[in-house]
Amino acid sequence: MAGEKVNRVNLTEKDYEGAHSTMCRGCGHDAISASVMRAFFESSIDPRKVIKLSGIGCSSKTPAYFLSQSFGFNAVHGRMSAVATGANLANHSLVPIGVSGDGDTSAIGLGNFCHMMRRNVNITYIVENNGVYGLTKGQFSATADKGSVMKGGKINEIPAIDICELAIILGATYVARSFSGDRKQLAPLIQGALAHGGSAILDVVSPCVTFNNHEGSTKSLKYVKGHLDPIHDVDFIPHYENIEIDYEKGTDQQVELHDGSRIILHKLADDYDPTSRMQALQTIHAAVAEGKVLTGLIYYDRNRLGFAEEQDLCETPLAELGQDVLQPPAELLEQINAGFMK
Amino acid sequence: METPAINDLSICIATENGTGSASANNVLFKAIFKMGIPCSSKNMFPSNIQGLPTWYQVRACADGYMARKDAIDVMVMFNDATAAKDIHRVRDGGLILYDDSTPLSPNLKRDGVQYMGVPANNIVQKLIPASPLRGKQKNMLYVGALAFLFGIDMETIKEVLQDTFGKKPAVIESNLVCIESGFNHMKEKGYTQNIGRLAPIPNGNKGKIITEGNTACALGAIYGGATVISWYPITPSSSLAEALEYYMPRLRKNNGKTTYAIVQAEDEIAAAGMVVGAGWAGARAMTSTSGPGVSLMNETIGLAYFAEIPGVFFIIQRGGPSTGLPTRTQQADILLMYYASHGDTRHILLIPYDMKSCFDLARRSFDFAERFQTPVFVAMDLDLGMNLWSSEPLKLDKEPFDRGKLLTAEQLEQWEKQGKKFRRYFDADGDGIPYRTIPGNPHRHASYFTRGSGHDADARYSEDEKDYKETLDRLRKKFETARKHVPKPIIEMNDGVKTGVICFGSSYEPVREARDRLRASGLKTNHLLLRALPLTEESKEFLAAHDVVYLVEQNRDAQMASIFKEEWPELAAKIVSVLIYDGLPVTTLEVFRQITQHQASARKGAEKWQGKRLTASI
Repeated sequence: MAGEKVNRVNLTEKDYEGAHSTMCRGCGHDAISASVMRAFFESSIDPRKVIKLSGIGCSSKTPAYFLSQSFGFNAVHGRMSAVATGANLANHSLVPIGVSGDGDTSAIGLGNFCHMMRRNVNITYIVENNGVYGLTKGQFSATADKGSVMKGGKINEIPAIDICELAIILGATYVARSFSGDRKQLAPLIQGALAHGGSAILDVVSPCVTFNNHEGSTKSLKYVKGHLDPIHDVDFIPHYENIEIDYEKGTDQQVELHDGSRIILHKLADDYDPTSRMQALQTIHAAVAEGKVLTGLIYYDRNRLGFAEEQDLCETPLAELGQDVLQPPAELLEQINAGFMK
Repeated sequence: METPAINDLSICIATENGTGSASANNVLFKAIFKMGIPCSSKNMFPSNIQGLPTWYQVRACADGYMARKDAIDVMVMFNDATAAKDIHRVRDGGLILYDDSTPLSPNLKRDGVQYMGVPANNIVQKLIPASPLRGKQKNMLYVGALAFLFGIDMETIKEVLQDTFGKKPAVIESNLVCIESGFNHMKEKGYTQNIGRLAPIPNGNKGKIITEGNTACALGAIYGGATVISWYPITPSSSLAEALEYYMPRLRKNNGKTTYAIVQAEDEIAAAGMVVGAGWAGARAMTSTSGPGVSLMNETIGLAYFAEIPGVFFIIQRGGPSTGLPTRTQQADILLMYYASHGDTRHILLIPYDMKSCFDLARRSFDFAERFQTPVFVAMDLDLGMNLWSSEPLKLDKEPFDRGKLLTAEQLEQWEKQGKKFRRYFDADGDGIPYRTIPGNPHRHASYFTRGSGHDADARYSEDEKDYKETLDRLRKKFETARKHVPKPIIEMNDGVKTGVICFGSSYEPVREARDRLRASGLKTNHLLLRALPLTEESKEFLAAHDVVYLVEQNRDAQMASIFKEEWPELAAKIVSVLIYDGLPVTTLEVFRQITQHQASARKGAEKWQGKRLTASI
C-alpha cells in the first residue's frame, strides 16, 4: 500500500497484528500488546520465526491478540516458564516471547519462574502486573502491595513479591520495569529484551480497570500515573543500524546487547549503572520505601550465556534433526552389548 | 543326606546398606553368569543411604527360570539387625553362613539347618590396614566362602574383578585377598555341604547380556531419537535418566556438538512442562519418573492430551500410595497412567516385560507419540527397571522414524495447490488424527494457536458446545485408531485348553515358570502376555476362548482387570485376579499357589452347586 511504512523484512505494522482482543475496554494489557507489536515491527523480526507462549489468566490470553502469523501456545496455569524452556531447547533458532500475569508468575508458577531465570533461558518474559486476579473476579495476587485495598474493602496484610528484585537475585540477565501506558519507554525495552540472549524479565504495571482501579489500590491507573519514577529515558538502536549516537558523557549510557544492538539510557536524575546488581537492588528498595513505581532498565548482565547456548547444541535445531543424525549406528549397540556380557 | 542339585541354587544375602555389599554381590552374580549358568538377581533395598537392612537374592537355575524363588537354600546372615528373622527365611535342610568373629547368640540357633561360620570381621582386621574401606571389604569374605562351598572357580572370580575394577589394580588386589581368605578359611575348616553345586556350562550364557531395564530403556530412547529430556530425581526412575546422561555424550555427538539436551528440572511439574514445550516445538521429548511424579504431572499430561502434543513418559512403578515403598516394586499405577488428568482422558501405555522389549518399546514409543500426537507412557516397574536381568542382546530394527502426520512447508504448498487447507484439529482422514505443523515452519498458513482450553477444528478459541463435543469425540476416535496399532499381545494357545493366564511386565517370568509347574501338576494353561493399552481385539478373543482366565498383576485392586471389565463386561465373569502386592518381586510359588487354590475352591464350589441343584429341585 502506498505510503504505508515497511520494515527491513518488508512487512507493515499490520503484519504484526493479531486476533481482536477480548480484554475489557481500557485494559492495560491491550496497551502492552500494542507495544509488543511496535517492538517486533521496529526490530524487523519475522513473525514466522517467533513463538508466543503464555500461562493462564487475562494476560495469558493476549498472545492471541498480536503476531497472528506466529505459532502460539496458551499452556497451563503457572507453567509457561517450563514449557518455554522445552520449546527453546527444541528449537533455539526461534525468538520466544512469553506473556504472563502476576498470579501466573508470582503465585502458582513462582517455582518454575525462578528456575527458568536461574537457567537464564532465552526469552522475553512480560509480566502484565495488575496485582489482582481478573478472570476469577478480583482476588489479591502476590504482587498486591501491603496495605492496598480490595474492591470490597478488604486490606492486604501480606508483603508483595517484587518481580524485578526476585529476577535480579535469581539470575535473570535483563530486568526492566515499565508501565503499560508508556509506550515510548516500553517498546524500546521490549526491543532490547528481544535482542538479548538470556532471560529478559519485564515487569509491566498494567492497571486492571475492572477489579483494581479504585481508591486505595496501589495498582490503579491514577495511583500508578501519580507515582511513576523513571530512572532514564530509553532508546533502542538495532544491530543493523550502524549509526554513532552522539550521546553526552555523564548523562547518557550505552548498553550493548547480545546481538550487537544497543540501548541508550538517558539519565534523568542521579547516576544509575544497570550493570551493578547491588545498586539495582538498593534502588528498588529505596523506591518501594518511597511508594514510587520505579521504571527503566534496572539490571543488565551481558556476560552470562543463555541456557540453550550453554548446552553446546548443534546448529540445526533439535526438532529438525533427522534419523540419520539421531540414531547412532548399530555397531555402537553391538559394542554396548559386548560390555554387558562381562 | 540330600544329593546335591547341580546348578539349581538360591542364595539370599542379608547385609546393611551402605556397607559395600553391592560390590560383593555383583562379583558373586557375575561369576555365576560367567560360568555359563542362567542366573538372576533381585535387590531388595531400603529407601536409605546407610545402615538399614538390604537383601540380595541370587538364583542360579540351569532350566533358565529367572523369577525370585521362595525357597532359599543359603542365607548369608551378615546383618545382626535382621538375623532373628533371617534364620527362618532359609528352607529346611538349608545353610546359614554367618560371621563367627563373635559367637552366635543362642536365640539365633534353629533346628534343621546347617550353620557355617566365616570370621569375616576378624580376618579383615588382620588383612587390611585400618582405613575407612575396611568395613566395606568384609563382605568379600562371604563371596570367597560361597565360592569354596559351591564350586565357583577362583580364576572366574579374578576375571570378574578384572572386568569390574580393570583400571584399579590396588582395588582388585585388596578384594582378591579378602575373597581368597574366605575361600581358604572354609577349605581349612574342611566344611562340606550337600545342598547344591555350581558347575560351569560351556557356552551356557554365550551371547547373553546382563543389564537393567532402566538402562535398556535409556538406550532405546537414544536409538529412538530422543532429543529433549527433562527429569526430576525420584526412585526408581533416576537410573534411567542417569543412563541417558552416561550414554548420550558417547553416542550422540555431531561434529563435537550435542544433538540432545538433558535438563534436571526443579520438580516433576516442570519436567512435564518442558516435555510438552519441546514436543510442541517438534522435538522427540521425554521424561522419566514414578507414581508420585505422575501425580504431579497430571495437569500437564491433560494439556498434552487435549492440545495433542507428543511426549514420552517413562514410569517406573514403585510401591504406593503416597511415598509408599519407594524402593519396592509394584504395578499399582496402571489406572493413574491410563486415565491421567482430569476430564475424559485415555492414554497409550507400552508395557515391556524383558530387557529386549524395554529397548524396543522405548525406541518405538516416540513413533507412537508422534503418530498419535499424544502422551505415551512406557509402563515399567522397579523389578524390571532396577534389577539385573540376563537377556538376549539388544537389537536395532532398522525402521524409519514415524513422525506421523507432520506437514512441512513444501507439503503444505502442495496441499494448497490441490485446493486443500491446513486445519490443525480437523479430522481430514477419518481416523481421528489431525495434521500438524511445527513452529519454525515458514509457510504463511502453517501457524496456529495451541491451547488447553476449548477450541475448534481450526484451533480457534471456542466455548461452542458443538465444537467441544466434536473435539472430545474425535479424541476418542483417535484412541480407537491407536487400538489398532499398539503392539499386540504375545499369545500361546494349545488345543483343548480352557484355562488362560494373562500377565504383563515383570510378572512374565514367574508366570512362565508357574505355568510349567501347573502343567507338571496336571493343569494346562494358555497364555497372553499384554504389551500395551488400549486393549486389543486379541485380548477379547482370548477371554472368550477360555472358561476361566487368571489375570496376574501386582496391585491390590485388580487395576488391569478393571480395564478388561470396562471393555468387555460380558466377559468379566471369566476373569479371576491373581494379586500380588507385597512390594517384592513376584515369586513363582505365589502365582502357582493362588491359581491352584482357586482351582481347588472352584471344584468345591462346583460340587456344592451340584448338591444345591438336587435339593432345590421342586
